[in-house]
Amino acid sequence: MSDDKSKDTVHKTPQTTPRYSATFDEYTNSEIRRAAATGIYDIRGSGSKRKLPHFDDLLFLGASVSRYPLEGYREKCGTDVILGTRHAKKPIHLKTPVTIAGMSFGSLSGPAKESLGRGATAAGTSTTTGDGGMTPEERGHSTTLVYQYLPSRYGMNPDDLRKADAIELVVGQGAKPGGGGMLLGQKITKRVAKMRCLPEGIDQRSSCRHPDWTGPDDLEIKIAEIREITDWEKPIYVKIGATRPYFDVALAVKAGADVVVLDGMQGGTAATQEVFIEHVGLPILSAIRPAVKALQDLGVYRNGKDSVQLIVSGGIRNGADVAKAIALGADAVAIGTAALIALGDNDPHLEEEYKKLGTTAGAYDDWHEGKDPAGITTQDPELMKRVDPIKAGHRLANYIAVMTMEAQVVARACGKSHLHNLEPEDLVALTIEASAMAQVPLAGTSWIPGVTKF
Amino acid sequence: METLKFDLDAKPLREVNQFLHGDASLLDGKSVVIENPNGAHNIAVGLKSDVHVTIKGHAGYYAAGMNQLAKVTIEGSAGSGVAENMMSGVVHVKGFASNAAAATANGGLLVIDGDAGLRTAIALKGADVVVGGSVGSFSAFMAQAGNLVILGDAGEGLGDSIYEAKIFVRGTVKSLGADCEEKTTSPEDRKILADLLAKAGHSDVNPDSFKQYGSARTLYHFHVDNAGAY
Repeated sequence: MSDDKSKDTVHKTPQTTPRYSATFDEYTNSEIRRAAATGIYDIRGSGSKRKLPHFDDLLFLGASVSRYPLEGYREKCGTDVILGTRHAKKPIHLKTPVTIAGMSFGSLSGPAKESLGRGATAAGTSTTTGDGGMTPEERGHSTTLVYQYLPSRYGMNPDDLRKADAIELVVGQGAKPGGGGMLLGQKITKRVAKMRCLPEGIDQRSSCRHPDWTGPDDLEIKIAEIREITDWEKPIYVKIGATRPYFDVALAVKAGADVVVLDGMQGGTAATQEVFIEHVGLPILSAIRPAVKALQDLGVYRNGKDSVQLIVSGGIRNGADVAKAIALGADAVAIGTAALIALGDNDPHLEEEYKKLGTTAGAYDDWHEGKDPAGITTQDPELMKRVDPIKAGHRLANYIAVMTMEAQVVARACGKSHLHNLEPEDLVALTIEASAMAQVPLAGTSWIPGVTKF
Repeated sequence: METLKFDLDAKPLREVNQFLHGDASLLDGKSVVIENPNGAHNIAVGLKSDVHVTIKGHAGYYAAGMNQLAKVTIEGSAGSGVAENMMSGVVHVKGFASNAAAATANGGLLVIDGDAGLRTAIALKGADVVVGGSVGSFSAFMAQAGNLVILGDAGEGLGDSIYEAKIFVRGTVKSLGADCEEKTTSPEDRKILADLLAKAGHSDVNPDSFKQYGSARTLYHFHVDNAGAY
């Protein structure tokens, strides 16, 4: 062997491939560098992006010998929902259990809000205002409009309260339970500032607590006040972020809620701290059964006129999700992020513009910066022209119709003549985690961790 | 002037409020007296006509809440959230007021002859509030617009995170909240103060005996240098 050759062998010693740390992954490192450079936490829109136990981890069993299916196209499968039967003189009647979640004018452009109203109206469902109040455009284009009553009370006035079809008292939301709203200066235009009674262009911090009530006993009086002001006509919803769903739902019912809206951590926000979105709150899958248990224990679950209805939200994407949420006990669902995507948010045809913003279609979440190329999460008058409310509203109506039909497909396969006849017994779980959280058996077994023995 | 009397011992509050929500053409200029309020919550909420309501005693939470146009006089004390989110009109509390008086009120005038509790004028959005006595801690928290006049003293954290509202205090301030500072009173502000004192029945009080407070405006934009204040 020559010296040259031995050197060659050393040179060819196999190297390991470069290995990234699972702990210090690419995103984590980029966040450390971002924090080190700026000295302030990361703010973004949307909901939790991490992989969570979700409706995908559940399957329907369908009918066979022991259960009798319904004919796919001929036999009736009802989808209508009545909300607010307990105290309101005028409950809400919807054709589909898919409703539009609260999103503010301010975080969304005027044309985007109009599109939501048009789409919801065409689909026979409700849409919801947000922080900052009700716009005439929104009221005008929404047959059924739910008016949010928030801690900030921005734009809140009794005239709009009386114009609403239902009132949603917001305690929290899934993306940031325990946190208040945030709207940065780029989006506080003259009109938004005037509606919120704030100086133009400031970074707005909404309060996280209501200014005039502090606990469940006060909440009961507050709900009574709103009922008195609106002469007991309108259903009053209470919206909570999923944290302690059993106790929060029980307290909301005790305080007089007609409807409870339960939002999981996949639910979006216009803007908040990344750490808040990803590390506070529960995935919706884990919150539905405890919420339903609270309603059952208080005798208000599917109990005729005395019922308190449950709306769940946070990561609802298709008819299967709708059917699974209902099977677990919800009366209806709400969509936010999915509705924005139907309007055109994060659409691949805008990829070149997303690249210019340092992101890519499908990942864009800097909604607080107001530069949305789709014209939806912006107050820029030029960008918002890109939303055609008639076309976008039509897309949303199509999407809701598809979700509703998909949910019917599943329900008929399970032999149900109404979506509300779906039940936990129609479901199994693919993972132990989902089984424990949704309290349905692991597929192929009769095991529910925490409930039955393996 | 025609006076109508309702006795809350005999008539449910629901019926009284329903009557007070009636057609403005029938209520404008009328006087309504509510007897035996006994601290009931939500008395005379959501009024929207130029009616004068006198509550003969103590009121509970949210008395005259969301008031529009009406004049509501509470001859006793008021519970939490009196005149909360008022839009216009006048609410006069002859006794004391509890927490969150005039919370988020957009317009109109709230006069409290006695002391007021915690968080008076919290998130005020344009209304005027005159307190004859002292106010508790965290008053004018995040107040956005309007005026809070305090003839007595203020507790801790006055005007914390305040926006463009103005605070006038004649007595002592235990401490100021984040981003709240003493201001020089301009001739325009002195006139605002003098007018409010006159409207609230304190014409004898010298406007020059007050100190003015407002926003230092250092927290209007998120910045790393303000991290300690958030």
